[in-house]
Amino acid sequence: MSSTVLLTIAMLSVLGLLAAMILYFVAQKFKVVEDPRIDLVNEALPGANCGGCGYTGCRAFAEALVKSTSFEGLNCPVGGADTMGKVAVILDRQPVALEPKVAVVRCNGTPDNAARTSYYDGAMSCRIAHSLYGGTTGCHYGCFGCGDCVLACKFDAMYMDPMTELPVILDDKCVACGACVKECPRNIIELRKRNKKDRKIYVSCVNKDKGGPARKACKVACIGCGKCVKVCPYDAITMDNNLAFIDSYKCKLCRKCVPECPTGAILEIGFPVKEQKPAEPAEAITD
Amino acid sequence: MFKTFPKGGIHPPENKLTADKPTVILPVPPQVTVPVSQHIGAPATPVVEKGAAVLAGQVIAEAKGFVSTNIHSPVSGKVSKIDTVVDTTGYKQTAVIIDVEGDEWVTTVDRSSVLVKEITLTREEIIGRCRQCGLVGMGGATFPTHIKLTVPAGKSCDMVIINGVECEPYLTSDHRLMLEKGAEVLTGVTIIMKALGVERAVVGIEANKPDAISHLTELAKDFKGITVQPLKVKYPQGGEKQLIKACTGREVPSGGLPIDVGVVVQNVGTAFAVYEAVQKNKPLVERVVTVTGKSVTNPGNFLVRIGTPVTALIEAAGGMPDDTGKVVNGGPMMGKALAITEVPVTKGTSGILLFPAAASRRAEVLPCIRCGKCSSACAMGLEPWLISVLSEKGMWDQAEKEKITDCMECGACTYTCPAKRPLLDYIRLGKSTVIRMAREKITK
Repeated sequence: MSSTVLLTIAMLSVLGLLAAMILYFVAQKFKVVEDPRIDLVNEALPGANCGGCGYTGCRAFAEALVKSTSFEGLNCPVGGADTMGKVAVILDRQPVALEPKVAVVRCNGTPDNAARTSYYDGAMSCRIAHSLYGGTTGCHYGCFGCGDCVLACKFDAMYMDPMTELPVILDDKCVACGACVKECPRNIIELRKRNKKDRKIYVSCVNKDKGGPARKACKVACIGCGKCVKVCPYDAITMDNNLAFIDSYKCKLCRKCVPECPTGAILEIGFPVKEQKPAEPAEAITD
Repeated sequence: MFKTFPKGGIHPPENKLTADKPTVILPVPPQVTVPVSQHIGAPATPVVEKGAAVLAGQVIAEAKGFVSTNIHSPVSGKVSKIDTVVDTTGYKQTAVIIDVEGDEWVTTVDRSSVLVKEITLTREEIIGRCRQCGLVGMGGATFPTHIKLTVPAGKSCDMVIINGVECEPYLTSDHRLMLEKGAEVLTGVTIIMKALGVERAVVGIEANKPDAISHLTELAKDFKGITVQPLKVKYPQGGEKQLIKACTGREVPSGGLPIDVGVVVQNVGTAFAVYEAVQKNKPLVERVVTVTGKSVTNPGNFLVRIGTPVTALIEAAGGMPDDTGKVVNGGPMMGKALAITEVPVTKGTSGILLFPAAASRRAEVLPCIRCGKCSSACAMGLEPWLISVLSEKGMWDQAEKEKITDCMECGACTYTCPAKRPLLDYIRLGKSTVIRMAREKITK
């Protein structure tokens, strides 16, 4: 009886040893030589696998980084300068200073501004709505408000405002991965330069119609009048297809264009409220 | 005796309110808006300028490329402007806007109603005439007719099937056409047979139109090779592949075209348009549109010029009822809701439906319980619940494997779903994405 047990143990041990030896030689023979720096770079990356860099996940980006000879065109928008600095140390290269960006929604078509002309009750997806018709307002460029961008955001940096029916981006959480930009079928969301204190000046409209129809559809539409282009001292504003665009890299935040806009399509955000002269106090009502 | 297709299908209430209403010719409106893209394929290029005087039947936009058709002026008058307008798809596109003055026609058009049965043109001339006259499929898909009449090299065609099914509820424009212009339709069928070089044609008509079946059967005795095939009432029998299966028992392979099984399918409306183009040299500038709905005071079938505003049609039907919640362009199953009613009638407008508000809203969406009703309703043998979820989750590769591109968007699955899930909405999204990805793969 005991000999059977001993024999079994011996047999298993021999088999195990044999298998281990085969595995060892096979592993040696078919060894995949991988640059050890890939693992190091991968660890330095945020690991969100958001695809903001243009690669399928952080690992693929790490491989691309190691394979590359310079940082040109390679950037992790999530980690920003910190992460890219760490990567530069691992790869023993000079880090490239990159300016941080932030996503901006360029539509202000709230129910107050853009009157609803129809009602949509199909599937809650902007892409589906976009394939079906022009939109619930007279504007064929503006936001559908179905929230595809919010679903695409992996950083919890967006939500739909039920009052305005527009998406809101939380600047402190936005990492400018660009997922929402890709998701929007209307190309409303744009990645812009992140300024100090998250200050922003931008044309909150993407309507390419002529002035009349654009204004009819939405009170705060860009009507392409060109006043802002003339007043800009830095040539930051261009006019294309009846639509003004402010280049965030040329804009110096002087705010001269904001009061010029007749429809209020240019928004200034994050600035201290301009001191307004207090209106003459009404005469105290006696009696 | 009555044939049908074997797989799937549903029976929505027919509601053919206007089946016994003779076609009324609507007066020419004071202004027409003619979009340059009323067909599948490249938009036509406008060849008239602002202020130019045009005659009815004159070419105002020329076909650009092979898959494209000419657009003709439906009225005589002056070109007011060439501008972008919203059309029935809800999107902006270029259109020629014409102020109507009188009703002068191009002299080459024969406007008499005398039936001309003798076909003098050759095959090539017939196809050329269809191209010249801007004919498109009148069933709703608006595919240029001259391409369908050209048998591709290496393929052969042995029969024509004429679609007189009109399986969409409410719509009756094809039904009225068969009753009122039966001889013209059958002459058109003979012309199509000549163009394709076939000896046999079958006109498929559903059993809910017994008057049309008996009328055409009677008339068909004078036409060589044409038979009328009565069909069981079942939606979506008007789908090309279902109709071929029902009439001939042949099955179009997945991803294939009817020509792969030697068949070409044309709508009765197209057959009539072919007759008018070939025998009367009349371009496609008018069509029959059904305007209907349960609250509409005067629903009916109207013969209107292309470019007539939909509002004028609704006015002719007694105005928009107060309880209207949705205006649909096309049938209730496959038609699309209009975002605004100030849009022109195009070559593909088969009906205008006015639904009461209570009937037009979609119900609350509930979870899928995998009951399988959609799978049994699908005439293509697909699994709508699965492909809609794959599309919702962006799993395009798997959706392609599940043959999402075979979906013909008939809407039977959404109609039958007890949980009121927007199945077709997501399938459409998946279908277009998969097709686009496949195209990108080819170009890479």
